[in-house]
Amino acid sequence: MNATPLVALVGNPNSGKSALFNALTGARQKVGNYPGVTVERHAGRTSFADGRPVELIDLPGAYSLDPSSPDERVTRDVVTGAQSGERLPDALIVVVDAANLDNHLRFTLQLIALGLPVVVALNMIDLAARDGLTLDPAALERELGVPVVPTVAVRRRGIDELKAALGEAVRQGPVVALRAGDNSVHEDIATLQRRARAISLAATVSETPVRRWTHAFDAVALHPVFGLALLGAILFVMFQAVFAWAQAPMDLIQAGFDALARFITATFPDSILRSLVVDGVIAGVGAVVVFLPQILILFFFILMLEASGYMVRAAFLMDRIMASVGLSGRAFIPLLSSFACAVPGIMATRTIEDEKDRLTTILIAPLMTCSARLPVYTLIIGALIPDTRVLPFVGLQGLVMFALYVMGIVGAFFAALVLRRTVTKGASSGFMMEMPKYQMPRARDIVLGLWTRAVIFLKRAGTIIATTTIILWALLSFPQPPAGSHVSPVDYSIAGRIANTVVQPIVQPIGFNRDISLALIPAMSAREVAVAAIGTVYSVDNPDSDNGNRAMIDNLRHRWSLATALAFLMWFVFAPQCISTIAITRRETNGWKWPAFMVGYLFVLAYIAAGATYWVATAIGL
Amino acid sequence: MDMSSRVILPVSLESLPRRQHATVAAIDWARLAVPEARRLRELGFDEGVEVEVLHRARLGSGPIACRIGRMTVALRRAVAGAIHVAPLAG
Repeated sequence: MNATPLVALVGNPNSGKSALFNALTGARQKVGNYPGVTVERHAGRTSFADGRPVELIDLPGAYSLDPSSPDERVTRDVVTGAQSGERLPDALIVVVDAANLDNHLRFTLQLIALGLPVVVALNMIDLAARDGLTLDPAALERELGVPVVPTVAVRRRGIDELKAALGEAVRQGPVVALRAGDNSVHEDIATLQRRARAISLAATVSETPVRRWTHAFDAVALHPVFGLALLGAILFVMFQAVFAWAQAPMDLIQAGFDALARFITATFPDSILRSLVVDGVIAGVGAVVVFLPQILILFFFILMLEASGYMVRAAFLMDRIMASVGLSGRAFIPLLSSFACAVPGIMATRTIEDEKDRLTTILIAPLMTCSARLPVYTLIIGALIPDTRVLPFVGLQGLVMFALYVMGIVGAFFAALVLRRTVTKGASSGFMMEMPKYQMPRARDIVLGLWTRAVIFLKRAGTIIATTTIILWALLSFPQPPAGSHVSPVDYSIAGRIANTVVQPIVQPIGFNRDISLALIPAMSAREVAVAAIGTVYSVDNPDSDNGNRAMIDNLRHRWSLATALAFLMWFVFAPQCISTIAITRRETNGWKWPAFMVGYLFVLAYIAAGATYWVATAIGL
Repeated sequence: MDMSSRVILPVSLESLPRRQHATVAAIDWARLAVPEARRLRELGFDEGVEVEVLHRARLGSGPIACRIGRMTVALRRAVAGAIHVAPLAG
């Protein structure tokens, strides 16, 4: 055998596949995408018991080979060899939840019928035992005709046995030469289900009624009143943490970048290159990297909510409200993730089965206040909204921030309502979800998840954001005005001319000044670039003054009216200023039609909202 | 529709009292959309299977959570209304 054997992990949702994948591969994993569809491809390396390397891929959870969502389609296509860019696996590890055999065995039977070598991981056998269920793996092995290994993935139990069985299965090769299209694969679900139940019965030694603990907790978590109160409390703690816990590490990162800029300024003579590094790269990348702690805290909560099994309960509670705008409770999960970033949020919509429902969720996801808006909001609010108290404990600045979040949510619901009656009209989608057992999230899995997000974010800051700030810096710095000219360097530059002649006439009516016109174009790459762009504009404009955050705030106070600032904030609630979101939408919807529509409707909303805010604010004398 | 083939039963899963064990007597597949029906089968709903309502999201509307086998499944009421059940004694 020349190539490294490829083994795929397959199973129902909630069978503990990902935990098993983590246990088998450790940190040696790579997250990417399948070509053509944005379904994350989790690949990693492990080895057989004798040490030979194996490439392992973790496939999205599925209920059958008859896919009803994009990620289930990938699972089917990979195990049948139809997925482009992926070879047919040499063997499958079918993961089943020991406490849910009669359901999970149905999919197992379909997978065995494919004819690839199969090893069944009888996972979470400890929880099944705690649940009062005694199983006989040997009986199951006899009934299924393939090796069965009891495992407890989260405690790394049964992993060596699984590797040994896998090596043996690959060595023996395909048992029956069957492929997709063969009728036995597509046997009717009800028949397969009956066979699965019979096998499950044969493998069950004894059984007592099910998990009381999960039911007891659900009595509160799903309660019409207490459940909603609990959800509200969790969300409150989550957003509170994003702002409170992140402060110290953010100050530290900011101090680091400031020190670096000072060091370079002090060490090297004044030159164009130094200006590029300090004003362009360090200022631009620093302004963005500083938000890493907030993003990680937000993702920490979202990963915890998902891993614990609570997220599905939140979807259950929200279904009624989501149904009132034509969505389902399932949409709540991607929308909540979009508060961290719309990109993973939009990717999470792939579990929504109904196409129209999924499309609507994608189209409104950018309205959730993502963490990239925080730098913009924080800067403008800090500089221009008076730090006064409206009520005891309620500051005006905090209130404005809160109102911006609410505006996003209200806007999203309103947009969904309209979209579902017009462009994404269709039968109301259903809500049918398996509710997993509660479980303690494993520190290891959470850390791996956070690490992946941090790497993606830093790569983005280092590539897209660094590139756009360098380009902006160049466009702002050239050509330089002749000596003795009274024109400011910014107005004389290419960027200044574009902003003054092209952008300014369009945005003048809604109260935007030249600084905003300059910031809007580079901020198309990512919203947080607006902050870096405004900073760059001021430092190019006054090359001799101090470049820090303080100077920027002073500049803002002198140059911006309150009405302009409010209009600018309102613009950012709606405007689709994020290349990554547009790109992911294109990939998720397979074409330019929907991203073009999304960009169009959001810009129109942004223009109207910012304009209305400006006119009202001016009218009342702000 | 042929009246003789229609199963008329007083209780649907939607109106089954909480914690009352029951078996699925019949599922009115014709009332369900094709993907809904398929998902319902995939989750194990079939005639003769034991079910129980565990939670209702709100009075009057919102989904219900029910136990089927050893699994908990959330369903909308319209779907639960298409599942006819026979309550078990005890």
